[in-house]
Amino acid sequence: MAMAIDTALPPGRKLKLSLDRDELIKRALMVVIALYLVVALAAPLYVMLSKSFSTYSFDLARFEFQVSDKAGNWGEPVSAVALNDRLGVVSAEKLATNSDGRLQATVFFPDFSFRSPVKYRIRGTSADASYLVGLQLHSGTEWQEFSSNEFRRVMLRPARAIGFENYTTYFSTPTLFRSIGNSVFIAFISTIATVGLAFGFAYALNRSCMRFKDGFKLVAMVPILVPSLLPGIALIYLFGNQGLLKELLMGVPIYGPLGIVVGSVFFAFPHAMMIISTALAISDQRHYEAAASLRASSWRTFWTVTIPGARYGLISAAFVVFTLVITDFGLPKVIGGQFNVLAVDIYKQVIGQQNFEMGAVVSVILLVPAIAAFVVDRMVQKKQVALLSARSVAYQPKPDRRFDALCLAWCSLIAVFILGIMVTSQFAALVKLWPYDLSLSLKHYAFDRMDGGGWASYYNSIRLAGITAIVGTIIVFVGAYMVEKTEGFRAGRSAFQFLAMLPMAVPGMVLGLSYIFFFNDPGNPLHALYGTMTILVICTITHFYTVGHLTALTALKQIDQEFEPVAASLKQPFYKLFARVTVPVCLPAILDISIYLFVNAMTTVSAVVFLYSKDTALASVAVLNMDDAGDVAPAAAMAMMIFYTNAGARLIHLLLSKGIIARTQAWRMR
Amino acid sequence: MRHETLAGQPRTPTDVSAMTAASLNVKPAYLKIANVWKAFGDFHALKDISLDIREGEFVCFLGPSGCGKTTLLRAVAGLDLQTRGTIHQGGKDVSTLPPSQRDYGIVFQSYALFPNLTIARNIAFGLENTRRPRAEIEQRVTELLKLVGLPDQGNKYPAQLSGGQQQRIALARAIAISPGLLLLDEPLSALDAKVRTHLRHEIKELQRKLGVTTIMVTHDQEEALSMADRIVVMNHGVIEQIGTPTEIYRHPATLFVADFIGEANKFSATAAKDAVRFGEKTFRCVPHGFDAGTAIVAAIRPEDVIPHGPGARSPGAPDIVRQPENLLDVTIGEMEFLGSFWRTRLRGADLGNETLIADFSINAARRLTLTEGAALTVELPEERLLVYPGGH
Repeated sequence: MAMAIDTALPPGRKLKLSLDRDELIKRALMVVIALYLVVALAAPLYVMLSKSFSTYSFDLARFEFQVSDKAGNWGEPVSAVALNDRLGVVSAEKLATNSDGRLQATVFFPDFSFRSPVKYRIRGTSADASYLVGLQLHSGTEWQEFSSNEFRRVMLRPARAIGFENYTTYFSTPTLFRSIGNSVFIAFISTIATVGLAFGFAYALNRSCMRFKDGFKLVAMVPILVPSLLPGIALIYLFGNQGLLKELLMGVPIYGPLGIVVGSVFFAFPHAMMIISTALAISDQRHYEAAASLRASSWRTFWTVTIPGARYGLISAAFVVFTLVITDFGLPKVIGGQFNVLAVDIYKQVIGQQNFEMGAVVSVILLVPAIAAFVVDRMVQKKQVALLSARSVAYQPKPDRRFDALCLAWCSLIAVFILGIMVTSQFAALVKLWPYDLSLSLKHYAFDRMDGGGWASYYNSIRLAGITAIVGTIIVFVGAYMVEKTEGFRAGRSAFQFLAMLPMAVPGMVLGLSYIFFFNDPGNPLHALYGTMTILVICTITHFYTVGHLTALTALKQIDQEFEPVAASLKQPFYKLFARVTVPVCLPAILDISIYLFVNAMTTVSAVVFLYSKDTALASVAVLNMDDAGDVAPAAAMAMMIFYTNAGARLIHLLLSKGIIARTQAWRMR
Repeated sequence: MRHETLAGQPRTPTDVSAMTAASLNVKPAYLKIANVWKAFGDFHALKDISLDIREGEFVCFLGPSGCGKTTLLRAVAGLDLQTRGTIHQGGKDVSTLPPSQRDYGIVFQSYALFPNLTIARNIAFGLENTRRPRAEIEQRVTELLKLVGLPDQGNKYPAQLSGGQQQRIALARAIAISPGLLLLDEPLSALDAKVRTHLRHEIKELQRKLGVTTIMVTHDQEEALSMADRIVVMNHGVIEQIGTPTEIYRHPATLFVADFIGEANKFSATAAKDAVRFGEKTFRCVPHGFDAGTAIVAAIRPEDVIPHGPGARSPGAPDIVRQPENLLDVTIGEMEFLGSFWRTRLRGADLGNETLIADFSINAARRLTLTEGAALTVELPEERLLVYPGGH
């Protein structure tokens, strides 16, 4: 054997492929989409994070005043801090404020009268001390002179500092930090309940020979099509103060933890059911045959074969449900009563108290469990893939009368629960005055008479969903293509991949709030987007980016990776391959991404609740606002409109998929 | 297939290609690979590879998986850039050019046919946007379909064809643009044995007809031996030997080549003057450069062992024994019937503890009535005894 002459690599530079036009276009495209993700995700989150560490207080040592007597002779300059020490007009607590804080300068002058001929001067002791005169911002160390009449319009502005004060305040305020426990508690209970119910449901679908399986599958998917506010509204109609079935609860109020948990089970159920069902569907018939040949009891088989086989699915479902529940805003807003949870706290801090810094603090706290759940879920998902084997033999259930009946009962119970919520909501929307006058009327559909945006908000929602579906699908798919099918540029691609996965871990409320911080800053060149439909589209695409990205990646991974080299060797540009082969082959996945974006854009409340303006009110937000204003029946009516729209969209999607697949995917048939 | 050649009969096809290769020697190198390295971190997949390929030549990169043959092909294609070294094609430095600016057609093991395009559109893929009139493209597609023996299949989709047919389409697509270089990356590995043998012949025919310089990567020695003008045997990122199939087979340069291509008995041996010593005997062999007493490895292919009747040593024996010193008395152990020949395991006092594997033709077995347990005298011909440095 020629003994390997294992000389080391000769010194020299690493060779680099010279770039052709294709590669340049690809990189430019990737940079564009990465830039999109930076602007729409990374930058706002960063601004929010820094905001949570920003504290604002009036630094009185920064301001000096000079007062004249009535004749116009100026007295000695005196600093605001000296005046306050003497007069004690502003307490130490009042000095702490937020970014919007203003302090009227006249408070330091008890004898102030705007009719007086006395004149006032003000200046900063440092260049960045700023104060408002009316709406005009001034700063600097130059003296500025005002008549008494003008001086009453002078407002001191706070100075910004970086520190943990906001967090200290948060954790020393019981009404605030108690929400952490509440949120975790709710999410924990809901997770156990949902996963338990969904496992039974999925088990029945996969392992029994009961009837109506298709019907049950359909019913189980219904909650995906409605905003999470809807179960809250329906539960109030059923068990609320004027609820039809209030007595069933024997005095336990539906407002609070009970309502949130029941509603959460409703909207999280389909997600858990799908994940567990997939996990059960991939189980291998041969394992069961082996167990049977070893004469294992069915109980033992269940614990030694079924549960271990589905364990990754169960864990994954648990984390997904936990994240969904802890980050959900609509449901606890509607039915939470006095029971505070994190997501609602953000809303209250921002919309109710205009305390943006505290809103940012709560957001950061809400990010922790969401990111933790996300990381664990990704780790579990990776293992799940390894379980799949192409050679598995699908499990074939055998009829068993007693077991099938049991399954049917279980599924029927859940179906009744889901449909009950839907029917209640629709019925409440149609009756004149629940529960006194149950005759039917359409008066609750006269949305234009209520607060919340009227019918315009409904059309806005459809516009948002349509644009999001189209633009979002393009961005998501092209982005995934760049990640999956580009050679080289490794660092760039993994950074991109990270950004694409990030939205999954960011709760909608947090995203929405960081958009306020980022886009509502007058110094931001993108400020013009604030309050437009565009920002709603950007926010919604970003919020739901990850699932679309993963769907696209899965589809792209199934395509032969040799296509790109072949096309390059044939001297064909990549976009020709993309348009003629990649997109047609991935069409089913592309349609899936677009319907996913559409449905979610219709139902989402959390992110957009901070971002809509008078002209861009949305149906889902209208549900929230009408409910808030006491127009609960119209809120239910609007929620049902969203449901019908989504159901219609799904139907169109189904027909479209079938049509397109039949026409363009003839090659799939042998 | 293999035993024909192994029985020592002349092998016309390879000899012809050896001659072709010889006549090609005058032509300048079309593809010049010089000092190419490929490093993945600390691991070196290619170590200082230099190789010239002449125009019109059919070269096989042969080696076990992980030997670097595919890495080298991908470097030539510009798909995985080499870490060091240069590649010239047709006198032009293509070392760092992207695939689209190089001149080659490529066929992969997976066929990589576009599933949603018809066969005709697949073949036409590279012809479009070259400002060729549509009619001309159609004509070229028809021509190519005929060339690969699949006329009238143009309207089908790839999934409707068999694996072998799909690979022919992939080939047609690659040669449609008349590339200067054809790269075949294990093109036959995904196919059934029968189809493989058939297609290998066809590809070779086609390559000869077109005269296109071709590199094929394969781990299948039979494929390489039957198709290549020259074989580049690689292992652990280095070239072990470059030569015509007969050279490689008859005169393996290293023990690795002897072992990887065909089969070989290996014996730990000691060098002697023009001889080797292993077992209990000294055998004459062709002169080698090892000092007497050096530990070496002696090797011989099973089919090179010549069987003789029991009386081979007696003066009047019918057999012609060329080297009486290299005769060996053995007992036949297990005999394995492999269709066209017998594989036998031979043991004997002369061999010590070693076992000698020998392949005997059906004729020889019948003539000498070989049976398990019978005594036999075999000859290890001087010129077939291969000697390599001892690795252990």
